[in-house]
Amino acid sequence: MRYMMLIYGNEAAGAEATEADWQETMQAYNAFQAEAGERILSGDALHPTSTATTVRLRDGNVLTTDGPFAETKEQLGGFYILNCENLDEAIAMAAKIPGAKHGCVEVRPIMEF
Amino acid sequence: MDQGAPLSACQAEIAAAVQAESGRVLATLISQLGDWDLAEDCLQDACVAALEHWPQAGLPRNPAAWLVTTARRKALDRLRRRQTLERKLPLLHMHSATEDTPMDADTFPDERLKLLFTCCHPALELETQIALTLHTVAGLSTADVAHAFMLRPATMAQRLTRAKRKIRAAAIPYRVPPLELLPTRLPALLMVIYLIFSTGYAAPSGEQLLRVDLCEEAIRLARILTRLFAAQLQPNAEALGLLALLLLHHSRRAARTGVHGELITLEEQDRSRWSRALIDEGLTTLDAALALHDPGPYQIQAAISALHVQAASAAATDWPQIALLYDALWRWQPTPIVALNRAVAIAMAHGYAHGLALLDDPELAAALHDYQHYHAARAELLQRLERYAEAAAAYTQALARCQNTSEHLYLSRRLAEVSRS
Repeated sequence: MRYMMLIYGNEAAGAEATEADWQETMQAYNAFQAEAGERILSGDALHPTSTATTVRLRDGNVLTTDGPFAETKEQLGGFYILNCENLDEAIAMAAKIPGAKHGCVEVRPIMEF
Repeated sequence: MDQGAPLSACQAEIAAAVQAESGRVLATLISQLGDWDLAEDCLQDACVAALEHWPQAGLPRNPAAWLVTTARRKALDRLRRRQTLERKLPLLHMHSATEDTPMDADTFPDERLKLLFTCCHPALELETQIALTLHTVAGLSTADVAHAFMLRPATMAQRLTRAKRKIRAAAIPYRVPPLELLPTRLPALLMVIYLIFSTGYAAPSGEQLLRVDLCEEAIRLARILTRLFAAQLQPNAEALGLLALLLLHHSRRAARTGVHGELITLEEQDRSRWSRALIDEGLTTLDAALALHDPGPYQIQAAISALHVQAASAAATDWPQIALLYDALWRWQPTPIVALNRAVAIAMAHGYAHGLALLDDPELAAALHDYQHYHAARAELLQRLERYAEAAAAYTQALARCQNTSEHLYLSRRLAEVSRS
């Protein structure tokens, strides 16, 4: 089973992080990736929502808005796609993602066709 | 297929047998078919077949095995009709080596623990866990489950469908959790059974105080749970503690309401109307739990209940011991409700003023401001302290928060008493 792990956190708090904080975060993610090993199919971090553009197609016209789809207290900051046995394993892995400590991780099963 | 008894069986007997076995049959079908919806549909088909077949042939020797065998045959029919035979048939064959040989009670595996743990998975909302458990493990119809939640059947059907879709799509595993997960998973399961019982024990609104059917379903589930633990894992002290607690509470059911359906408090109950058989079973079960030396909150609550049912009269109740047990319970569950019960026990053991002081703690008062029983307990203590005006005010507060007719009758009577004093 493939699960998408959507990592949400407070960007404002992230912006105030020091160089040492970043080092620590990177180490934590490296440790997670080492533990998750071959379960990781892909994963990336995203630039902050201030760089986002939201696109809609209405009556054949492309409409763009500067900013994320929805203003929320916590923002999508990165993701993993993991291969797990079942939801129990997915939950156990999600809890180990460093972002779960301060923000939250949404676990979504991926549709298989 | 089993040879049926030659006597014809009546509809009510058949319906009861089908409901009694449906949880176990469904658990097995889900395990064998690996498809929750297909398993439910085929169980339905098999039940219809039973209602057609059993009145003439009589109840089979092993109704559960009959239902599983029939349902599996129906599953094959359904898969053929769906024309997905090639894809699913190998799966079905793998599990159906005994397709045409009867299963007997000894070899027919009981998979209800898997079903219980799946229904009570923490990834599902608590209310959904309860509804799913009542529907699948206890075999209640969607309409009956809807009634327990005071929802329309269509709304409940939707909720159950959504839950089953999540179980399938998110791959919630159909299994008894591995030993290392058991300590974190068992409490949810016990709580679901406890909440089913308490929904029946003090229906939050409506005419009736007791929904005996829900209480009995909860006891049935607790029995299944304790037996399966003993047979498949090891006896579990808290599961036994929960069963003991439910039995001891339920032993008082006949005495809890008066002729007009009004609530009768523990103190005023006619103790001769308590069920001796349930008390004996409850006490034996509690002894078995305590012998495992693995204490927990359900065992403590059962021990408190045991002290109540063992007292020959309300005056003979061992309140100092009960107060000590509430201290112990507080260490497990430092919740406002436990604080409330502890304060009442201390009031009875060591003086009403003492208990009232605990109730008037500002933090507790704030936490339980909207809780009817908090105001009722305060009113009771104020009345006993002969502070009638304050007692009347507290009874009025309790009445304002009461939605159950039988409790309303009781509180109104008490308010009238203190108003006369």
